[in-house]
Formats: sequence, structure tokens, C-alpha cells
Amino acid sequence: MSKNLRTKTSKFIDETTRISFRFDGKKYFGFRGDTLASALLANNIHLVGRSFKYHRPRGIMTAGSEEPNAIVQLNNNSSRTEPNVRATEIEIYEGLEASSQNCWPSVKFDIGGINNFLSPILPAGFYYKTFMWPASFWEKYEYFIRKSAGLGKSPTKPDPDIYEHKYIHCDVLIIGAGISGVMAAKIAAKNGFKTLLVDEKSYLGGSTIYQNSENFKINNQVSNSWLEKEINEIKKFKNLEIKTRTSVAAFHGYNYLLARENLTDHLPLDQRKDKTRQRLLKIRAKKVITATGSLERPLIFDNNDRPGILLSSAIKTYANLYGVACGEKNVLFTNNDSAYETAISLYQKGINIEAIIDNREEVDSKLIKETEKNNIKVYKGYTVVNTSGYKRINKISIMQLSKDGQKVTGNKIFIECDCLGVSGGWTPAVHLFTQSGGKLKFRDEDQVFIPKTYPSDQISIGSCNGDFTLDEILSSIPNKLKVFLNIKHTVYENIEVQSPFNKSKRNIWLLPSDKNIGKTKSFVDYQNDATAKDIKLALREGFRSIEHVKRYTTTGMGTDQGKLGNMHALGIISETAGSKMGELGTTTFRPPYTPLTFGTIVGRNVGEYFDVFRKTPIHEWHVKNNAKFENVGQWKRSWYYPKNGESMHDAVQRESKAARDSAGILDASTLGKIDIQGTDASEFLNRVYTNSWSKLSIGKCRYGLMLNEDGMVYDDGVTTRLSENHYIMTTTTGGAATVLGKLEDYLQTEWPELDVYLTSVTDHYATISVCGPNSRKIVSKIIPDLDFSDESFPHMSFKNVKIGKIKCRLMRISFTGELSYEINVQANYSKSLWERCMEAGKEFNITPYGTETMHLLRAEKGFIIVGQDTDATMTPIDLQMDWIVSKKKYDFIGKRSLYRSDTIKEDRKQLVGLLTENPEEILEEGAQIIADINKSPIEMLGHVTSSYYSPNLKKSIALGVVRGGKNMMGQKLIIPMENKQINVTVADPVFLDKENKRLNA
Amino acid sequence: MFLIICPYCGEREQSEFKAGGEAHIVRPKQPTELSDDEWAEYLFMRKNIKGIQFERWNHIHGCRKWFNMVRDTSNDEIKAVYKMGEKPPSI
Ligand SMILES: [Zn+2]
Repeated sequence: MSKNLRTKTSKFIDETTRISFRFDGKKYFGFRGDTLASALLANNIHLVGRSFKYHRPRGIMTAGSEEPNAIVQLNNNSSRTEPNVRATEIEIYEGLEASSQNCWPSVKFDIGGINNFLSPILPAGFYYKTFMWPASFWEKYEYFIRKSAGLGKSPTKPDPDIYEHKYIHCDVLIIGAGISGVMAAKIAAKNGFKTLLVDEKSYLGGSTIYQNSENFKINNQVSNSWLEKEINEIKKFKNLEIKTRTSVAAFHGYNYLLARENLTDHLPLDQRKDKTRQRLLKIRAKKVITATGSLERPLIFDNNDRPGILLSSAIKTYANLYGVACGEKNVLFTNNDSAYETAISLYQKGINIEAIIDNREEVDSKLIKETEKNNIKVYKGYTVVNTSGYKRINKISIMQLSKDGQKVTGNKIFIECDCLGVSGGWTPAVHLFTQSGGKLKFRDEDQVFIPKTYPSDQISIGSCNGDFTLDEILSSIPNKLKVFLNIKHTVYENIEVQSPFNKSKRNIWLLPSDKNIGKTKSFVDYQNDATAKDIKLALREGFRSIEHVKRYTTTGMGTDQGKLGNMHALGIISETAGSKMGELGTTTFRPPYTPLTFGTIVGRNVGEYFDVFRKTPIHEWHVKNNAKFENVGQWKRSWYYPKNGESMHDAVQRESKAARDSAGILDASTLGKIDIQGTDASEFLNRVYTNSWSKLSIGKCRYGLMLNEDGMVYDDGVTTRLSENHYIMTTTTGGAATVLGKLEDYLQTEWPELDVYLTSVTDHYATISVCGPNSRKIVSKIIPDLDFSDESFPHMSFKNVKIGKIKCRLMRISFTGELSYEINVQANYSKSLWERCMEAGKEFNITPYGTETMHLLRAEKGFIIVGQDTDATMTPIDLQMDWIVSKKKYDFIGKRSLYRSDTIKEDRKQLVGLLTENPEEILEEGAQIIADINKSPIEMLGHVTSSYYSPNLKKSIALGVVRGGKNMMGQKLIIPMENKQINVTVADPVFLDKENKRLNA
Repeated sequence: MFLIICPYCGEREQSEFKAGGEAHIVRPKQPTELSDDEWAEYLFMRKNIKGIQFERWNHIHGCRKWFNMVRDTSNDEIKAVYKMGEKPPSI
């Protein structure tokens, strides 16, 4: 087995640098410049994996990103392990470890291979049809499917690599640096455009760069030497940036593209430290030139998937670029002239060719003549009907094609071989073009889809545009780019081209066999094991849309997205269904063109940078004082402050009690604050809140409820009139941004006549709330000059005060039901002011409390929290807050919706209080509420929205929404839990101090 | 991602903007005089056209101004942008 198939030196391979790597545990050697695939082939290894469904042995098929079979797991068991890496793309480095995927226990003996023999009972849709029933068996099926299928293993450890994102703006982006791309780059750069040229390979020049045949000449030079000089020239342009190992993943509208730049994947692991592994380029280009080339098509015949069967062009690439022979007894099978280019390359290198099988009967070209001159047998008008060899092809059988190409005739001829190159012609790589919204047209003469209409300022050139031959490319590009770039001169006028390629092709989507199709395995999608038979079955079962056939047969749904076989699937469908190719359309090509790692997609947004978070200016104090934090929107809010290993429950009980018994202090800086000014400010508030604002006097505060136009509660908060035309509105913490947005929307679009100006001042002011029976004593210690009497400073009023030289806004408002003062101060003074409050409150055991205690205290008072006790289906009437809805106002946002037929229903869910039979039992928030456990099905009446144990009332309290709850006062209801039922009584949602004595204490 | 010409700031990337639904739906001046059906028409009914659509956009991470856009939803081509209160162009 261990042979060296390295032929003559290739200048792309550095034979002085030997590199060792491991494949499936065994050590091999390659050279710098090799891909994993070329190095394996040089060691005569073709078998690299198993197929997905039948677990058939599969070998390397291509030399590029379209590879369906040779996908491997890299660096297994390390944190850098990566599944589904194409062996044809990964460049080898010292210490690389790769292993086969999709086979268990090993690639050579794979238990799933039994599916291959079971294949008569594994037709298209088998998984859909079988594993759906009975449902209870799914777990058993899943165990075996997971074990014997699946594409590789995800890493289980954190990714140690660094990724980043980068924006690039350019005049001209050129995708693909083959001969077309290089020419375009030179034209664009020479004409002064800021140009970016990208290519997924590590080298420039595409397939022409190793086309060293005397048959193909440009300006009388062999085409690869001509191109080499051009590449050397474009490297000198200062306005041209070239990025290799850069694959464009997505082409969106408005010429916005995403590309992945690979920076370290080709380096040994020890040289990657502290380097960025991959970069996601976000490219905005004024103009895009797509020069993505074309992909060779395979041919569809029985057992066309054995290891040792490659694309003919791949065999040429391995010979010319890597100096590797794919076999010692090579046979080529073609329907066009491309295979003869391969043949010429092979015999130039002294690699043996047994025969060429050509579908075409009467065909003549310079290339064929030259091939035949070298004593290579060409079977014209023949097709391969079968192959043999389990882990490596060893023989093919061929037969003559009938005139119409539908049957085979005559005697079978057997040819021994260890490698078969197939060529079904070329498919333009239009993936990116169609991603951008481009529409295709079908060219009947050679059965290809090519670009028709461009949705943005872009153009496709070269073979991705269907210009396959060297003379077509060189003659079309200058004129096209003159128009596209609006320039007078290109550098490529009057170029002489010698290109003896004969364009004739005999296109047969599914080649005939001497066997019944039901007995054949002619693979269309190699990775997903979809055969021609499967596609025909899908059509028999009534599927017609290409998108449906795709999903039913899984054709084109692998990691390669069917880059090789999609055209054949379309061809077989159109032939079988009798429809025209152009009318059938193609399946949608979706980004990414080749898979992206999650690391590249998220870039630097990992760990603490995953999401932004906001801290109040007093945050450091909370951290120092052992606060636990909770996320409220983007804010980190103090949740509770455990002392001496207290549990959350214990801490909250202590904090709540302290606030009611003496004094508590809360950082309320996260509340949204909107500064409202203008002569129409009062009128504006009248329109956006449900209650009336015209009569609010200066220096007074008022609570407001804001609705959506559909009548549902949207936000709430206290607004203070600072002066005649000046208000400060507070919003909920989470609602700050959207409330401002909504108010601006109405001002700009519905009521532009109002003289009102809105400014968000949330970040500018910090808010310290001191509450409890001793709060007045504490605040008056800090502001000794102020008259705190009820007459001078009553509940719901405001004063401008000075603490030292610092101006503050002091409000007497309360969210806890206790006497309470809120000090609003310029944010940068707030931490020291907080510390002063703590100092002043020391003698009163002032206790810092967090959001949990705040929620408990307000629940005792029956104050709602928008978003907790409400969702987007609660009106103020549902909340039993009729008192806040003005009857006098002609209009406000949402008013009309409050008496729609649906909102006036009596049996809507309404907010009520809930008391448990056992006062120690605490309900679970979100628990369902029912009335009758014996009714079937059980009728859900509502759910618990807030629930706490109140240390002040010494019992459990809860709020909930219950259908028709308003009229259920005193009624008994049930909360069914997993293993018990809890009996509750509907109660008034105000549990404590209904008379508001504490507020005015 | 679109490039949008804000009528106040000029050409900016779509990520700076927020879409605000169908344009030229005027809030009724006298909602109380509308029947449930008439109010529902204003409140709930929106077009979802494949083709030329008039829509509201907000330069939310820029000047925060609302404006109108004419967009072909079949290919995302932006045909026109114009300020609030301006007459829609005939397209
Ligand atoms: Zn703007």
C-alpha cells in the first residue's frame, strides 16, 4: 500500500521542507505546499471517509472547496478540533492530525456499511417514512442514528483562538484571482480604482497558473508563464490589495459581502499563539467583479462513487500543481475536450493512461489527435456502465452508447484501473451571483446556467459567466470592463491567443446502463448518498418542485451544498418530468458558500464582550458591599446584599423589614429619565398618558400610565413639573429607550405642530431613593436648610435643593408605600452622596436593598410592575386601575381601544391579589390558576405574576391575573403543582396600608 | 444590507436604521367618532406588498428622524426617500 506517487518536481511544492502529519493515527510525510489531500494521494491513499447514509467507502474527489467526500476531523480531542474540514483545502503543517468522519468504529471497517447492503430498503425519504412512527420508538432509532451517522464532532472545550471582524470599503472588489480576476485587477488598478482582489486559495492564478501545455499560448508564451508575469505586475500596484486564503461567504444586496480570511490555519500549532486565526471581512464595494470560475461536473453512472474516482480536472491539478499521480493505471471518462487536457498533462509527466472513454461518437480536435498520437486508446461513443473495487476502484466496464444516448449496446469491455477521472463538462460557479439576487438564464447549447440580470453594480467575467475557453476569456474581458468601469483603455488590447479547445459536448445527465435503474447506484449527491434512482422515486411519488425533491432526497443538503451534483439532479428531474431545464429553475444558493466557523461569525464578541452591559455610577459601592446583581435589560442592578452567608430569601426578608421599620436605601439610577420642554409640553403629556396633566402645578409629581394605541399598558412612571414648560419623565428601566422612541415618533409624524423637545437624561442623573419611617430624619441631616414639613413638602412634590455646592432635584415620591425621598444628582457626584446617606443613616440602621426587596415592598402595596404583572394584553381596566383613566379627555394614545368589543368584555384576565390557605406557602410565579380540578379538560383561568413572603405581614402574598377575577373577591381557587394542589383565595391586590398612612407619616 | 440615504444625513448603512412599517397611515383626528371596524382598520390592517411599497424608516442610531421610503420589496431596490410631511413621489 505504501507507495510514493510523487512525480516530477512541481515548483509549487517545496521539496526541501518535509512535513510529517498523522491521518487516522498513522504517520505520513508530505511537503510544504501540499494540501492534506495531495499529501495523502502522494502516499497512495484515496479512502478517507464514509458516506452519510450507506457508509460507502469514499475517496478524494476534487482538488478544491467543492469537495463532497474528503471531509475530516482535525486535531481530535484538542480544544482546536474542527469537524468537516475539506482535506482538499487544508494545507498541511508539522504535527497536523486528521481523522476520518462518519465511520464507526473505523474507516476500513465501518459497521454502518451494513446500510449499503440494506440499501434496497433505504430509499429516498426512508428516514422520514420510517422513523416517524411509532413515535415512542424514536429514542431507540435516535441512539443508532446518532452513533452511526453525523458529520464529525464539535469541540467540547472553549475555543482558544482569536477572531476578529474588519470593515473594508473599496471601489472595485474582484472575487477570484484566476486569469480573469488577475486581468480585471490589473485593468481596475491601472485606472486608479481602489481595488481588492480575493481568492480562496493560497496562490494566485487559478487553474491557468499550472497550465504549462504548449497547446495554450498567450502572446506566444505558454499561458502559465504569461500569467505569472501579469501576477508579478499587479503585486506592484499600491491601490490594489490582494488577499489570498480568503473565501467570500456571502454576497448580499447593495454590494455588501462577507468574506473569511484565513490567517493561521496553515501554520503549525506552536506558531499560532497570540495571532488572529480568522478574520471576517465585511466588504462594501462600489462595484463587484465576480470571477469565481467554474466547477467540473462529474458523470452519473452505476457505482460512480468508489475511492479512486476523481474529477478529471482534479487529477490534472494534482499532477501539475502538486506533482502527484492519483494512480498508476489511469482511465479518463469524458463527454467533452477537458479530459484531453488532463491526458496531455499526465503523459508529459510520464504518468500512465490506460484509456480514454468519450461519450462523443464523432469528434475531432487538435487535443484528441495529440492524445492519440501518444498511443492512448480512445473509445469514442462509449460509456462506463459499472465499476468494481470496494475500497479502491480496480476495474470498469464500458459499452457503446446508442445513437440517442438512452441505451447501451454491444459487448461489455472490461478495463483494469486504479484511478478513473471523470469530466461531465463545466458548471459556472454562479452561487455568489445568485446570492446577490441575480437571475440566471439557461444556455441550451452546452446546458449551463449563466448570469442574466444583475441586481446591483456588478459583473461576472470568465468561466463563471460561461466563457470557458482561453480565447473567449481574453477577448471578452477588455470590452466588458471598459463599459463596466467606464474607462477608455484596458491594458489588454490586441492579445494573441492560441487555444485549440473544441467546445463540443455530449450532455447525458444520467448515463444508461445495461441494468435496470432500480438495481443501480448512480450517485448524484455523494455526501448525502442521493442517487438518480432516489430522484426518480421522488418524482414518482408526486414531488415536482426542485425545492421539494431536494428536501425529500436530501440532494444538495450536505456541507458541500451539492456543488457537484445539483445540475445533474435538475437534469434528471427535467428529463423524467418532461420539463425544460430553463423553466425548472435552480434551488436557492444560500450563504455561506463554504462553511464558516462560529468563531469567525462572533469575532471578538465573546466572554465579557458578548453583550454590552451598563453600570450605575454607584456600581463600585455595590460590588464592595457584596451585592448580588441581576440583569435588567442591559443594566447590572443590585439584586440583594447578603450578609454573613445569608441566603437570598433571608437577605430579602431582612432588607424588607428594615425598610418598613426604619430606613432602606435603593440605587434607582437605572430608571429611564426623559427631559421634556416646550410650550406644548403639558398638552403632549395629556396625549401620551391616560390621566390628565393640565392642572399639575409646578413643583408637583404625578404617576402616569402609558398605553399603546391598542389600549394595552406599555409603560409607567412618575413625571414631575419642574417649571411652566419643563417636565422630567421617568420610565421603567427596560422601557427607557423604546418610550423615548415612541414619543419621538408621535411628535415627528402625528403631532409635528406641537412645540415639544425630548432629551434622554438617563445617564446624566443618578437616583438615590431613601425610604422608611426614618427617611425624613436622614435626608434632613444632609439637607438641613429645607423645610420637610408635610405642608411645605407634601407627598408627590419636588424641590430644587443644594447639598453643599451640588444642585439636586429632590422628590418625595414612593414605590414602596413608605415615606420616601428620591435624590436626583449629577451622575458623577452620586457615589459620594450615596456614602453620605449611608453615614447619615447609620444611627437608623439604614439598609441598602436591591431589586428583589423593591419588588416585594411594592407587591405588598399592590403596585404593578409593567412587564411582570402585565404583558401586552392588559388594559388599565384589567389592572383594576380605572382611576387613572381620564373620562374627560377627548383623546389620548390608546383611548379608543379601551371600549372595543374585545376590551370591554367582563371575562378578560384581570389583576387580583392571591392569599394562600397556608400563609407559609409561597406560590411559584408563572403557576397556572384553575377553579375546578375535576373538569376535563381543566380550564386555565390565569397565572401567578408576582409572589413573595412578606415579613411585614408575616404571610405569603401574590398577584395574579385571573379571568373575570374582578368579580371573584373572596372566592377559592386552586394552583395545581406537580405533586400538590395549593388552595388560594382571591383578595384585594393592596395587602398593606390601604389608607396610605405610611406615605404621609 | 441596504445603503440608505437619510434625507438629513446622507448615505448610511442599514444597521443605523429601524424600519417602521407602512407609511401614510394617518392617526384619525377623532378616534371616538369611529366604529370598532373603522378603528380596527387604522389599528391593525397593513399591506404586505410584493413590489413597490411605501414605508416609514427611522434613523435611530443617527439623527433619530423619521422619514419615508419607497422600496421594491421584490428586490429591495430603494426608489426614493422623502421627509415626513412631504408628498409621496409618483412611482
Ligand atoms: Zn439621519
